[in-house]
Amino acid sequence: MSDTTTPETTHTAVEVRFRGGGFAPSARRGVGVAVFVLLILLVEWGTRAGWISALTLPKPSDVAATFVELWQSGLLFKHLIPSLSRLAVGTTLGASIGIGVGILIGLFSYVRAGLVPLVAALFPIPKIALLPLFVIWFGIDETSKYALIAFGTFTPTVVATYGAVDNVDRSLIRMGQSFGLSWLSIVRKIVLPGAMPGILSGLRISLAIAIILLVAAEMLGAEYGIGAYILEAGSLYDLERLFAGVLILSVLGVTLSMVIGLIEKRLLAWRG
Amino acid sequence: MDIRLDAISHSYGDTEVLRDISLDIPAGRIVCLVGPSGCGKSTLLRLIGGLERADKGRVLQVGTPPADSLNPLTYVFQDFALLPWRTVHGNISLVLEDHGIRGKAADAIIGDVLARTKLTDFARALPRQLSGGMKQRVAIARALAVNPAVMLMDEPLSALDSQTRELLMDDLVALWMRQPFTSVYVTHNLAEAVRLGHKIVVLSRRPGQICEVVEIDKPLDQRGYADPELEQVQKHLWTLMRDEARAADAELLHV
Repeated sequence: MSDTTTPETTHTAVEVRFRGGGFAPSARRGVGVAVFVLLILLVEWGTRAGWISALTLPKPSDVAATFVELWQSGLLFKHLIPSLSRLAVGTTLGASIGIGVGILIGLFSYVRAGLVPLVAALFPIPKIALLPLFVIWFGIDETSKYALIAFGTFTPTVVATYGAVDNVDRSLIRMGQSFGLSWLSIVRKIVLPGAMPGILSGLRISLAIAIILLVAAEMLGAEYGIGAYILEAGSLYDLERLFAGVLILSVLGVTLSMVIGLIEKRLLAWRG
Repeated sequence: MDIRLDAISHSYGDTEVLRDISLDIPAGRIVCLVGPSGCGKSTLLRLIGGLERADKGRVLQVGTPPADSLNPLTYVFQDFALLPWRTVHGNISLVLEDHGIRGKAADAIIGDVLARTKLTDFARALPRQLSGGMKQRVAIARALAVNPAVMLMDEPLSALDSQTRELLMDDLVALWMRQPFTSVYVTHNLAEAVRLGHKIVVLSRRPGQICEVVEIDKPLDQRGYADPELEQVQKHLWTLMRDEARAADAELLHV
């Protein structure tokens, strides 16, 4: 504090430092694509220049050529269609049973007490390890593949669903009761829509797990299928075909994630 | 239809929240419950509407509700309790669907209650697009849609700012003048109580007991903002409550 009569003039004015902002990621178009393109260009350059050996990574252009060949020979769809149908049947089974059981766990104390430990016991089992057992139970053909994928998607879906049901605002349920809504109406119109955000984000994880298990399921007794194609290429050390197969799986993953995104946009438009 | 509370006592575990409450809620009147926080006034409201069961005593309906009343005991909640995924129209149709009222019949009821709450232009809006005051008007419209015999209002204006609260009080008075309804109105705001209550029931701190019942005869539409007569009553209520409120504030919570 100075001794002058006009103290303001003796102090220098400093602008207040901005320290807010951040922590709010927003959509940035094209950045994702740019990262992909950059990585592929880098690998292409490396394999051509020789600082990435042919045994480490195949040339991206060779992988593309293999893919085009696969397309033109018609083999692509011969592999893709059985895989897609296994994926569809398996995840539909696993996810719908998972959502059903998850809702029951969320709503009934006895079901919760009985099944939560069971689900916790099943969750960490590597489902791939059970493939031989599934072959014995369900046979070497399609059923064992459906079962493996269904089982793999079931556990994460259950956990996500009952967590989502737990998080439904209880005051909304009390409101439903106070207006005399039936039990079924409360579940259908309040609990289910309220749990939908959590169920859908659980479904994202389940679908990724389903794709992983698809490859595992096709290790035994599959002539056609993306997994079978990749495993065959792997055992022959045919890196171009291996990567073409991996590419298909990645595209599949991105597509499914986009489909879930579209469903979220439609069903969860109310969140704004 | 009247409501009669017959010697109601209630505890949560070891904590006694209500002790020996007997009260008549006559048809066509607004009964305000006031009291310090934690005195069990919201619990009492949940007991009246059957959302909780009293340990001792009974809640009685005297007389039969009107035949066209879909849900005789209907709540208006402090936090509005609107489904965020349904539009204003959908939130009201929710409570009609279970009574088999759909399509044209539902639209007629919804149109009427939206007009009464001045929400006609917002039928297609989602709750997140509405201000707090509008949300509570939607909740009131939803309550009116089932034609309640008794409206159970749990601090309906407490989540709103003071200007909006004034406006909504005027709206409630206008609604009541148009068609008198029976209501139990829980609030901690004494200004609300003296503006809206025909009968004001003052509860003591926990365990809640009735300290005093104040009747105000002045018609609702003649009670204005900062009315000297009402201020007198409000002052009286505050002297009744002040020491209780201070003591309640200093208590440790065991819940």
